Amino acid sequence: MALDRWIALVFVGLCAAYGYAAFFTMDHLLPPILQRNPVWPSTFPKMLAIAGVIVGLMVLFTRTPEGRAAPNAGAMDITRLGDYHIGQALGLLALMVAYAMTLRSLGFIASTTLFLVLGGVVLGERKLYILIPVAALATVSIWYLVQEVLGIFLRPLPSFLL
Amino acid sequence: MLDGILIGLATAVTPFNLMMVVAGCLIGTLIGMLPGLGPMSIIAIMIPVAIGIGDPTSALILLSGVYYGAIFGGSTSSILLNAPGVAGTVASAFDGYPMAQQGMAGKALTIAAIASFAGGTVSVVLLMVFAPALSSVALLFHSAEYFALMVVGLSAIAAFAGSGQVGKALMMTLLGLIMGTVGEGALSNTPRFTFGILDLQSGFSFITLAMAMFALPEALFLVMNPARAASQAGGKITGLRISRAEARTIAPVIGRQSVMGFFIGVLPGAGATIASFLGYAVERNLATREEQAQFGKGSIKGLAAPETANNAACTGSFVPLLTLGIPGSGTTAILLGALLALNVTPGPRLMLDEPDVFWGVIIAMYIGNLVLLILNLPLIPYIAKILSIPRNYLIPFILFFTLMGSYIGQNNSTELLILVAFGVVATILRFADYPLAPLLIGFILGTMLEDNFARAMQLYHGFGFLLERPMTLGLLALAAFLVILPSLRAMRLRRKLAREAGVADGD
Repeated sequence: MALDRWIALVFVGLCAAYGYAAFFTMDHLLPPILQRNPVWPSTFPKMLAIAGVIVGLMVLFTRTPEGRAAPNAGAMDITRLGDYHIGQALGLLALMVAYAMTLRSLGFIASTTLFLVLGGVVLGERKLYILIPVAALATVSIWYLVQEVLGIFLRPLPSFLL
Repeated sequence: MLDGILIGLATAVTPFNLMMVVAGCLIGTLIGMLPGLGPMSIIAIMIPVAIGIGDPTSALILLSGVYYGAIFGGSTSSILLNAPGVAGTVASAFDGYPMAQQGMAGKALTIAAIASFAGGTVSVVLLMVFAPALSSVALLFHSAEYFALMVVGLSAIAAFAGSGQVGKALMMTLLGLIMGTVGEGALSNTPRFTFGILDLQSGFSFITLAMAMFALPEALFLVMNPARAASQAGGKITGLRISRAEARTIAPVIGRQSVMGFFIGVLPGAGATIASFLGYAVERNLATREEQAQFGKGSIKGLAAPETANNAACTGSFVPLLTLGIPGSGTTAILLGALLALNVTPGPRLMLDEPDVFWGVIIAMYIGNLVLLILNLPLIPYIAKILSIPRNYLIPFILFFTLMGSYIGQNNSTELLILVAFGVVATILRFADYPLAPLLIGFILGTMLEDNFARAMQLYHGFGFLLERPMTLGLLALAAFLVILPSLRAMRLRRKLAREAGVADGD
C-alpha cells in the first residue's frame, strides 16, 4: 500500500475519533440555554466528521493514477528515501525541539547562538572559527531588531540572571 | 473610481509607505530567490514584522511588496539555476534557463522583469475596474450566501487541484476545517477539542500552521536532498538590454497573457501555476512555425508568456480576497490571516469602511511593480550573490526564522513544539503528494464558515434558508457541480496530464 493510502487510512481513523468526540462527548456539557439554538458547538464538527470519513474512504479506495512524470533532480520521492540525508533532517528536528525547550530557561541569545552553531555542525560545517562569530553576531542583531525596533520582548539572558 | 485612486495615492505615497514598498520588494526578491522558499513561506515569516508595524495599510503594503518580490525572485532562480522555488515559475524555466545557458541571462532577466511589470500593471487596472463592481454585488449577500460562497470557494480549490488530486485536496480541506474547530466554538464560548490543554483554548495559531505547512517541509527537503539547492551561482550576469525588435515580438504576448492570467487568477484555486502553464501552451500554439521550434530552446516569447501570466494571476487572486473576503490561493489565505490579525476584515464592506486600505493597497501594487522594474532589476547581479551562501549557514537560519515567526506571534514555547510536530506531518503529506494549500485555506475559512452557517441557521430556525434563498441554493449546487465534474473528467484525463512534482505548491 502506498504512503498516500496509509495517510487516507489514518485520516479516516482521525475523523472517526473526532466524530466520536463530537457525537457522544460534547452535547451533555452544553448549558440548557444554549440547547435552544439550532446550531450547537458540536453541529459543525459532526458534519465534518461524516464528510471526512466519506472522502477519506474515497481516497483510500480509488485507483492511483499511473504514468507519473519522470521526476527531476530536485523532486522529492519517497522511494528514494534511502538516498536522502535523513540523519541530518532528524538531527535538525531534534535541535528545534531542544530550542523550544531551552528558549525560556537559557534566554534568547544563548539558545539561539547554540541553535545556529549546532545546526551548522549537524549539516557538516567544521570551520567553527567562522561559524560561531557569524551565529553570535546574527543572534545579537536579530535580538536588537525584534526587541528595540519591533518592540517585542524577548528575554535575552538566562532565567537566573534576569 | 477617480476618488479612490486619489485616496490610494494619498495613502500609499507617504515616505514611510514608499519605504515599505521598497523594503518589501527587496526582502521578497532576496528570500524568494532561495530555492524552496516560495511566497507563502516568506509572507508567513514576514507576518510578525507586519503586525509589529501596527498600521494595517502599511503592513499590507509591505506584504504585497514581499509577494511581488518573491515571485520576481522565484523567476530569477528558475532562469539562472533551473531551480524554480515555486510551481508558478516552473514554466519560466522552460525557456529562461536555456537562454541563461546561451549566455543571455541578463536579457532573460530583463524580459522576465518587463513581462512581470506589464502583467502586474495591466491586471492592477483590471482589478480597479472589477473589484468595485463585484463588491457592490457582494453587498447584497446575507450570511446564508456567505456560507454558500465559502463552500463554493473551498470546492473550487479542490476542483482545480489537478487530475487525480481532487479527492486528496478535498481531504486536506476537511482536515483544515477540522483543525479550525479546535478552540472556542461558534456562537458559544465553550472550548472544544482542546484535550484540556490551556494553550489550545484559542485554537491553533494560524502563523504556526502556515510555517509548519510551507516553510518547514521545504527546509527539510533542502536538508535531505541537496540537489534541490544547486547552489552555484551561474557566472556573471551582463547585457541587461533588449533590442527594439525583441520588444515588438513580445508585446502582443504580454498583452494577451496579462488579461488571460488575470481572469484565471480570479478563479479560486486556479492561480499562478495554471495561468503560467496555460499561457505558455497558448502562446506556443499561436506562434508561427519557426517560432514554435524555438520554444523550449530559449524563445523570448516562451519566457514572456508565463512570466506575464503568473504576475497577472497573482493580482487577479486579490479580487476574491478584497471583495468577498474569501482567499482563492494559499498566499491570499495567508494575507487574509494577516489582515484579520490587524483588525481589518476584507469583504464587500472594505471598500466603503476603509477605502484607504483598499485603494492604498492597489496603488502600492502598482508602485511595487515599478520598484521591481526600476530598482530591483539593476540590482539583480548583486542580489544573485545570495545564491552562493553555503547551505550549512543558510539552512539553520531558515529554520530559525520559521521558529521565530511562530514564537513572536504567541510568545509561547508550546507553539514551537506544535510547529515542529505539524512540520513533520506536513513533510509526510508532501511526500505522499497531498496538496497543502487547501488545508490552510480550509483552516482559515473554517471559523467564518461555521459562524455564517450558525447565523443563517439561527435566522431561519433550521435549514429553511436553503429553500428560501435561491441564491444560496444555486451556489451550493454550483459547489457540488464543481466537485463532481472534475472527478468524472479526471478519470479520462488522468493519464494525459503529467504530475508536477518537486516544487512548492505556492501561488
